Amino acid sequence: MALAFDEYGRPFIILKEQDQKTRLRGIDAQKANISAGKAVARILRTSLGPKGMDKILQSPDGDVTITNDGATILEQMDVDNQIAKLMVELSRSQDYEIGDGTTGVVVMAGALLEQAERLLERGIHPIRIAEGYEMASRIAVEHLEHISQKFDFGTTNIEPLVQTCMTTLSSKIVNRCKRHLAEISVKAVLSVADLERKDVNLDMIKVEGKVGGKLEDTELIYGITVDKDMSHPQMPKQIEDAKIAILTCPFEPPKPKTKHKVDIDTVEKFQTLRLQEQKYFDDMVQKCKDVGATLVICQWGFDDEANHLLMHRNLPAVRWVGGVELELIAIATGGRIVPRFQELTPEKLGRAGLVREKSFGTTKDKMLYIEHCANSRAVTIFIRGGNKMMIEETKRSIHDALCVARNLIRNNSIVYGGGSAEISCSIAVEAGADKYPGVEQYAIRAFADALDSVPMALAENSGLQPIETLSAVKSQQIKENNPHYGIDCNDAGTNDMQQQDVFETLIGKQQQILLATQVVKMILKIDDVISPSDY
Amino acid sequence: MAIEKILKDDATEEKGERARMASFVGAIAITDLIKTTLGPKGMDKILQSTGRGHGITVTNDGATILKSLHIDNPAAKVLIDISKVQDDEVGDGTTSVVVLAGELLREAEKLVAAKIHPMTIISGYRMAAECARSALLQRVVDNKENAEKFKSDLMKIAMTTLSSKILSQDKEHFAQLAVDAVMRLKGSTNLEAIQIIKKPGGSLKDSFLDEGFILDKKIGLGQPKRIENAKILVANTAMDTDKVKIYGARVRVDSMSKVAEIEGAEKEKMREKVQKIIAHGINCFVNRQLIYNFPEELFADAGILAIEHADFDGIERLALVTGGEIASTFDNPESVKLGHCKVIEEIMIGEDKLIHFSGVEMGQACTIVLRGASHHVLDEAERSLHDALCVLSQTVNDTRVLLGGGWPEMIMAKEVDELARKTPGKKSHAIEAFSRALVAIPTIIADNAGLDSADLVAQLRAAHHKEGCNAGIDVISGSVGDMAELGISESFKVKQAVLLSATEAAEMILRVDEIITCAPRQREDRM
Repeated sequence: MALAFDEYGRPFIILKEQDQKTRLRGIDAQKANISAGKAVARILRTSLGPKGMDKILQSPDGDVTITNDGATILEQMDVDNQIAKLMVELSRSQDYEIGDGTTGVVVMAGALLEQAERLLERGIHPIRIAEGYEMASRIAVEHLEHISQKFDFGTTNIEPLVQTCMTTLSSKIVNRCKRHLAEISVKAVLSVADLERKDVNLDMIKVEGKVGGKLEDTELIYGITVDKDMSHPQMPKQIEDAKIAILTCPFEPPKPKTKHKVDIDTVEKFQTLRLQEQKYFDDMVQKCKDVGATLVICQWGFDDEANHLLMHRNLPAVRWVGGVELELIAIATGGRIVPRFQELTPEKLGRAGLVREKSFGTTKDKMLYIEHCANSRAVTIFIRGGNKMMIEETKRSIHDALCVARNLIRNNSIVYGGGSAEISCSIAVEAGADKYPGVEQYAIRAFADALDSVPMALAENSGLQPIETLSAVKSQQIKENNPHYGIDCNDAGTNDMQQQDVFETLIGKQQQILLATQVVKMILKIDDVISPSDY
Repeated sequence: MAIEKILKDDATEEKGERARMASFVGAIAITDLIKTTLGPKGMDKILQSTGRGHGITVTNDGATILKSLHIDNPAAKVLIDISKVQDDEVGDGTTSVVVLAGELLREAEKLVAAKIHPMTIISGYRMAAECARSALLQRVVDNKENAEKFKSDLMKIAMTTLSSKILSQDKEHFAQLAVDAVMRLKGSTNLEAIQIIKKPGGSLKDSFLDEGFILDKKIGLGQPKRIENAKILVANTAMDTDKVKIYGARVRVDSMSKVAEIEGAEKEKMREKVQKIIAHGINCFVNRQLIYNFPEELFADAGILAIEHADFDGIERLALVTGGEIASTFDNPESVKLGHCKVIEEIMIGEDKLIHFSGVEMGQACTIVLRGASHHVLDEAERSLHDALCVLSQTVNDTRVLLGGGWPEMIMAKEVDELARKTPGKKSHAIEAFSRALVAIPTIIADNAGLDSADLVAQLRAAHHKEGCNAGIDVISGSVGDMAELGISESFKVKQAVLLSATEAAEMILRVDEIITCAPRQREDRM
């Protein structure tokens, strides 16, 4: 540890308890950080692409997750190292922004760090490297814009969208029925999309899963499913043209928030109180009935008596519905959430064409389907699958596909996948490097090499010779001046990604490059790591 | 420089070959553990719980065994999960699904050792599974139209399912019970309507199906023990003291006389309630909650049979069978639907008194009373019967039926082999491996029965070379027999679920190349 001494040879105390802290400075700090970043990237590298492998993650509580979604792997890995946490953040922000490409962005950042390490060894100052990377990323992003294509789709022609979603899904375990799932995702997104404003509110799409059945049984429901059943076993299981009262007040005697006591000291009081209570229940149910509701959905529980009264008045009811679901139901059915019985009015009721209860399997699992809603914009994707992990993984995959479809609706530019965009960018950056005088030139060239690592990992995971394949594709791209050549991961016989229909969104790719560059810059700028040492 | 540590202290990380090996070893260990329970001559396992009392369970039900294991290996957890799902979905085949998945992985391990990439194996397995499924689809028998034949199909399936369980001694008896019970459901899969009551004593043979409904309760004292043409009110209401539910209400009095007054009022209230209930014109009152002595007395005075504390399931079932509704308020007697049944009487099974409702309106529900020597026997009998009921109720919905005794596996293996021969490329190795994994199931069945599996399976394979052959393993005589003649059938739905979920699970485990185990959560020491 470096210490400062005064003229008498006594050490200055700069850091509190500095003996107990480890400190890395200068080139050592950078190298340590780079190696941590690389270690994270190395974990994800094998998950990239359609032939990428999965990871088993066992949580602190012993639950098992099997996934190949980059963001999920990193999230669940529970990393300890600071720099590794930055990489986790990186993948997470890609997930929030774009929803897809979470593995790619980390692999990219890892490659950039690896290249930076080499440059550092040659004595180039980290800031210069960072600057160079910045310039290179600008070239790459511009180039992406240049090679991107607009493509048309409409509510009738969803094929291109489906193709793009299929590219996303093909890297997941669900690729067995990617076509089916891609269609579901696209239809779901289109039904909630606002094509005028080019915006999609993904909150309107609910993804529900139930273990059992096969993946092929996954379906899109134009409505909402609630994992609840009718409060009374003898209530009707199917309601047509339902008018739904959505309540957040319990069918129970009132519980004022202020503390109070009702003292009973005479027989009369006792009896009036009893009558009051009965009347109260009666009133509550009557109010719902009066406004014309044919179904009551309540966030809270029911008293036995109220339950029977509801049943008696032929008013089916559902209790203990969660807040989020309640909101979705309100949106879907066009109803208002009513916090008090007094405020119930016919206008506040939601409407749905069909409400039915459906049971599954041999255990008495029941779900409530609310379909043909007044506002058909809310949809549910209902996933079935062999086991819990499969369902969870399918949920994640569907989420990715939904995000991709949304991005395309926001901005319909695409680039071709299979590493072709990276290769093309790499060529462009390489060519651009020579124009820069100064040390940055090296960094820009390193950036181009780093770009190559994504297709390289793709080839490696697909069992191809990475170097051979990459150089062949690269020369082909330059020779024919066609940026559509990529790595043929699926063994389809052609490496023209246009023919294979492998697309990715432009913003997704751009974001990947920008985010990766930013994080790498940040890591490179750190030259001092002070951490409490373990004792 | 040393590679930076990026995970927490106790976390472990296994990569590539090691990870794959860990998951193979885990999955195969589970398979080996459970495979001796497969088939009619499968053995049972004793499970001792770590909980208080170290209660033991004797079972041969795959799902039950796996559920009770505490497993650390993630791949093994996947297998346990599929078995659980199989149990929930179709109820039977919980052992087969794990064994098949394990065998698939065992074969995959060899292929991986021979340097075939897991992804290639997966795509081969997928093709094979698809091919196997279509092979089954071609050979299914569907007797939906012919009620008589269908019933015999059901009977055969029930016998096949039960033959691997403790009930195999009396399988005809139980198969009949199960089929009768399921036929009463008329296509619904709601097994709730079939009540199983376990009473130790007697032998398994004394078990019987009762068309009515049996409630495991006693009739209140001084009330009639037998009622004909009963009108039943099923209720869920407090019959102790009817508390005032308004929040914060409490009784505060200043003299003894007031206490007496309030008490009087309370009694009066209860009396009124009872009067209201009686005014429904009923002669039987069943409540989910307690009935205190006072109202009970009032009921007895009115000659009404009052049954207290029937549990929730009991109430629901009773409401279902008698056609009444569950009431909680009693103000308008004309609109409450009452339940009806011909006779209510107290019966004795063994030493226990039970209440028997016979001649109920809705014929859907029924009760199976199991008798047996000990609790363990009864528990296992219940599980076995549950399996049979599940399979049957699923078969009623999906009436396609296959032969059993290893026949479907051989059919699939043959078709998959054909496919392997036609497929170019490395995938064909994986497809071949799939067929080997399928053949492993009849092999295990034969092994468990103490037969010469190599010889039998070879004979079976030869027999299957002929078109339209019904050969399977006849465990009883220890030879290859005609499954159609022996009446060994299985439900298509079960077989399909086994095939698909086993392939899915194997695929999932194969795709893994890295296992990261987080540091276990530090638990507070409560001691």
